[in-house]
Amino acid sequence: MAAKKPAKQKKTKKPVAKKPTKAPFVKKIPQKKIIKKEPVKKQKMKPVEKKPKKTKEDKPVQKTKPSGKQTKKEKEPVKEIKMVPPPPKAPEEPDEHKKIRAQIHKILKNNTLPYNIINEIIKRVVKDKKLESKLGRIVEKTMVAYQKTCIDPTEACGMVGAQSIGEPGTQMTMRTFHYAGVAEINVTLGLPRLIEIVDARSSPSTPMMNIYLRDEYRINPDLAKEIANQIEITRLVDVADIEMDLTNMTIAIKLNTKTIEKKGITADEILNSVSSIKKTSAKKEKETTIKINLDEPGYKQLQNVSETLKTLKIKGIDGIKRVIIRKEPNEGYVIYSEGSNLKKVLEIEGVDPYRTTTNDIHAVGRELGIEAARNMIIQEAYNTLSEQGLNVDMRHIMLVADVMTADGTVRAIGRHGVSGEKSSVLSRAAFEITVNHLLLASQRGETDGLNGVAENIIVGQPVSLGTGAVKLVMSHGKKKT
Amino acid sequence: MERLQNVTKKIGKLEFALLSPNEIRKMSATKVITADTYDDDGFPITMGLMDPKLGIIEPGLRCKTCGLKVGKNGCPGHFGHIDLAMPVVHVGFVKTIRNSLRATCRACGRILLTDNQIKEYKELIEKHRKEGRDTAYIFKNIVSDCKSSEKCSRCTREIGKIELDKPTSFREKGKKLTPSEIREWLEKIPDSDIPFIDINITAARPEWMVLTVLPVPPVTVRPSVTLESGERSEDDLTHKLVDVIRINQRLQENRDAGAPQLIVEDLWELLQYHITTYLDNQTSGIPPARHRSGRPLKTLAQRLKGKEGRFRSNLSGKRVNFSARTVISPDPNLSINELGVPIEIARELTVPVRITQYNIDWCKQLIKDTAIAIKHEETYIPQVNYVKRYRENGIEQRIKITDKNAEEVAEKLEVGSIMERQLMNGDIGLFNRQPSLHRMSMMAHRIKIVTKKTFRFNLSVCPPYNADYDGDEMNLHLLQGEEAKAEAEILMKVQENILSPRFGGIIIGGIHDHISGCFLLTYKDKQFSKEDASQILSAIGYTAKFPDNHEENGKTYVYGRDIFSVLLPKDLSIEFKAKACFHCDTCKAPNCPYNTYVIVKKGKMLKGIIDENAIGAFKGKILDRIIRDHGSDAGREFIDTVTKMAIASITKYGFTTSIDDEDIPEQAKQQIHEGLEKAQKKINDLITAYEHNELESLPGRSLEETLEMEIMRVTGRTRDMAGEIASRHLGLNNSAVIMAKSGARGSMLNLSQMSGCVGQQAVRGERISRGYQQRTLPHFKRGDLGASAKGFVASSYKSGLTPTEYFFHSMGGREGLVDTAVRTSRSGYMQRRLVNALEDLKVESDGTVRHTSGEIIQFMYGEDGVDPARSLNGDAVDIDRIITEVKEE
Repeated sequence: MAAKKPAKQKKTKKPVAKKPTKAPFVKKIPQKKIIKKEPVKKQKMKPVEKKPKKTKEDKPVQKTKPSGKQTKKEKEPVKEIKMVPPPPKAPEEPDEHKKIRAQIHKILKNNTLPYNIINEIIKRVVKDKKLESKLGRIVEKTMVAYQKTCIDPTEACGMVGAQSIGEPGTQMTMRTFHYAGVAEINVTLGLPRLIEIVDARSSPSTPMMNIYLRDEYRINPDLAKEIANQIEITRLVDVADIEMDLTNMTIAIKLNTKTIEKKGITADEILNSVSSIKKTSAKKEKETTIKINLDEPGYKQLQNVSETLKTLKIKGIDGIKRVIIRKEPNEGYVIYSEGSNLKKVLEIEGVDPYRTTTNDIHAVGRELGIEAARNMIIQEAYNTLSEQGLNVDMRHIMLVADVMTADGTVRAIGRHGVSGEKSSVLSRAAFEITVNHLLLASQRGETDGLNGVAENIIVGQPVSLGTGAVKLVMSHGKKKT
Repeated sequence: MERLQNVTKKIGKLEFALLSPNEIRKMSATKVITADTYDDDGFPITMGLMDPKLGIIEPGLRCKTCGLKVGKNGCPGHFGHIDLAMPVVHVGFVKTIRNSLRATCRACGRILLTDNQIKEYKELIEKHRKEGRDTAYIFKNIVSDCKSSEKCSRCTREIGKIELDKPTSFREKGKKLTPSEIREWLEKIPDSDIPFIDINITAARPEWMVLTVLPVPPVTVRPSVTLESGERSEDDLTHKLVDVIRINQRLQENRDAGAPQLIVEDLWELLQYHITTYLDNQTSGIPPARHRSGRPLKTLAQRLKGKEGRFRSNLSGKRVNFSARTVISPDPNLSINELGVPIEIARELTVPVRITQYNIDWCKQLIKDTAIAIKHEETYIPQVNYVKRYRENGIEQRIKITDKNAEEVAEKLEVGSIMERQLMNGDIGLFNRQPSLHRMSMMAHRIKIVTKKTFRFNLSVCPPYNADYDGDEMNLHLLQGEEAKAEAEILMKVQENILSPRFGGIIIGGIHDHISGCFLLTYKDKQFSKEDASQILSAIGYTAKFPDNHEENGKTYVYGRDIFSVLLPKDLSIEFKAKACFHCDTCKAPNCPYNTYVIVKKGKMLKGIIDENAIGAFKGKILDRIIRDHGSDAGREFIDTVTKMAIASITKYGFTTSIDDEDIPEQAKQQIHEGLEKAQKKINDLITAYEHNELESLPGRSLEETLEMEIMRVTGRTRDMAGEIASRHLGLNNSAVIMAKSGARGSMLNLSQMSGCVGQQAVRGERISRGYQQRTLPHFKRGDLGASAKGFVASSYKSGLTPTEYFFHSMGGREGLVDTAVRTSRSGYMQRRLVNALEDLKVESDGTVRHTSGEIIQFMYGEDGVDPARSLNGDAVDIDRIITEVKEE
């Protein structure tokens, strides 16, 4: 663990220095998924663990070498912001654990076991010391059991995955709005949300963020409130009455002192933002009134200015319509917001950039990289399904997320994404927009190698999946009598 | 020799390209010049659209080009061609033509890029191609780069703006370009520049996109049908081609005769219209060509497109023989992997049997028996329908077996022939119910011939098919090859599919009566007299040692759980909470006061109740364990015997439910009534508080929303209260409650709605609010926010609903129906897209997941290489179990 850390820090600084101008938040992460030295890793807990943000309990459960590395990569971009605390440290693995791990690896020799299975064994052995003497037997048995559960080569895992996600779709509700987590915020759920995820829409129909706070911000309600004020968008109409004076061709803004105070805005701040409107001059009349004169008087201009004033942003972040502060057990104050703007929210001091999440998958992809987006897809899809009480294995959802993100961008499942970019002409033609695909293929002189499923069905040949992938010919030798 | 015949050719690849005018002429069997099909005598006109050189459709005739007849190995049809008088733009390629015109110079034909740019783009395209990325955006960039240049850098000609008037005409600087001009222009583009307009020079030339010759598809593609009246009805394509030829001819005549420019141009445009609609009759911007009856014609593009098009309907979906379909009905006496097939179907379908030296005697007997079978139709004896022999020259000879020739054929039977035999018990068939949403929608069953006309199968197999017996029909497919049979046997049999790959749990298990039967057998330390126990045990054909018994009042009794233990494997040890668990605050686990904690040690059930969590589909823990430890056959056996035993015990016990199961005492009704009144008051208080502006709004909610939420909460709680009171009076001696508690059918909510109070009706998750102005029904005052005015149903189903309540209830019910209808189509489309995107993925031998084209998607399937179907609800290994096992060693 210790050896890993400096290496990671070096890495973190590089990209910032290299390209300081353009989108420092976008970090190119090697396209292909995890798993380098240790091919077998955890399931189930995975998304929670890899994506350190969202619903993690207080402290990371137990960091592991590979996944620790992963987490850091995602966190990296946030380095840019000043005042950002160092990433939460992965707790050092106790010596005891290390010892057992070493023992297990010794027993395994050249075989492998998934990382989290090893962890589970360690956990149990540490709890019950008596088991240590029988470790060899346990590992052996686990290995046998693991090998039995492994997937067969040539298995059509994609087909099974698609069916496993599609089949429960018929059992899901269509009802769009329901409350998830926070009773006050409506979120799209059920089938519409699942379709939205699979479609990779550029923005969700009900964007939402869970903004976690750090250190004293999450304990002190005043500080939390302050952050909430910085995040929630406040328009002029929310804090003041706008009155048009048609005889004098002026507009009077009467500030509502109570709300101003509540939102933590000063009259001067409002004056500042009001003055930014072109072709007008603003002046503070009384403590609570601002008067606006037009440079070129006219009813039309007056009307226009009054309209712009109404929607004038005083404070807050674009896109965040509403925030709700809630006190969560074991956590302190958490801000939930309707509307999402990951980039801007992460820049705010006091926000914990490592755990704050949004349901806007594209934003996650932009700000935190493709790996983070992939984890977000998994998490969102899994939560949508389990919220409906449907039990779908994590691996199916992972596969969908991996297909969607395999080329480094978030692609939709459908003709504008994955299906439209297939290499086979026949497969594309059989899906949608048949004629265009055929015409384009002929002009480009494309070749269909007949590798996939749809193509081979079309030409009437066995598909190369499952038993069809095995090329075994029995020689028709002489019969033994 | 016969083997040689069966050598199958494999298609390696398909190449797509454009036909050049020369190629079209070269492959043409005849030129078509007459815009007519048949002459007055009914013979096809030579050089007409039905020229026999283009192939034949009438049986008996011979094709004039190839000399073959109609049929499987007959004449495939031959293309003809029409020479167009003037060139015409191909609608499908207008975009490419536009881009080509925009990107090139009219004078020299060169691409409007500098040499530097050409080099850069070349490298970029090559790089993208190598990486297998989409190149479309590069060509877009090239065109926009070219568009912005004002002069050709090579010949200094000024570049005019090219505009496309949909669908097929072009303008340069506002002046119309004729197709001939376009063609001339496109001809000038040198081969070296063609890759930059997204055309592969080996496959196409841009000028081929302006047609000068039109291929005429063979008649086999557009067969004419003879109606009953003897009238011929031509195919839509033929109709369209007639139009094309006619206008083409007129254009030619007018042009040759030196007709005025205007007339020629009009005809030219008309030709363009006909060819455009011939290619695609749904081109936007022009009216679709119509049949005389007013129906739009189905032309080339329409034949391919969409769900009913060639691709999705005929190429991706194939028709099959050896299949059957009929209504399904239940049969608890069949094993889960059996299927009852009606005699009528069994007689119709056949299985091929190859005669070998090992089975020749058996086959001979079967053929001989056919004679007897034909005479005795009422008892089912499988017959042999045909015997196929292969003669020396490889020609197949089919002999129909009749009662007369059976003996003779049987004697002459030789090794290598194939006989087509009717179904027998034990044959394997694939059984399927649509919609086939997952692989368990198609499973292999062993066939058992039964009387009556429905397919019959065990009730436990309903969940994977999502079938019920309210008139559902299902399909059966018979396997015709040994390889297919073997694969089905190993991979598709019902017992191999008990574990669902969706979540790694069982999907086939006890349902309905199986669960309540087991519940009745085991709950409350139920005991049976020796006689009853014997009867139950005899139902499963139990012959081993009689289970533990004890004496009471001189009679011998057996505990129900001991009877159940008979089914359990001797090494089974498991503990879990039953469905009936009360979820107490502090679980006293092993010593549950309600006896809902199941303990099984070494195959003997010590405590607990058997219900949905033990044997139910989706949840049954005991069943799950048995399949994992003892394999799928043991699982099948267990399901079969459990269902038999459950049915025996439920028959012994007697079990019925009726409307008086929902009766509750007068005193309980009174209590519910009081509760409802209290709730009514509470709601009224809330409304008055709201009207006086005293209501405190929830954070981020308006006053109205707050009120609604509060009222919804009150009504929800009221329903729960009513249910609570009602269920207090419905004990476990009530059949409906037994079903709900054991998980067999229904829920306590259903019961409380029947006997307590139906509760708030909702549309779109809110109280019902629409209808008349400011009120839901004219029965209420305007602006009434009270419970009953907004859809609260205080009555129970049993007591009956008031008219207004009934109306609100229907509103809620209708929403549910609409929801289901919308949902099926939406989720169906989502699944189609998912399947299309993921169908080509497979796990390779090295554990990676790859696209069939080689692209790696995952380095290890699911990050741990575990098959979800074999996992334990997602976990690879049950470590706790391993540890307890090791401890015990």
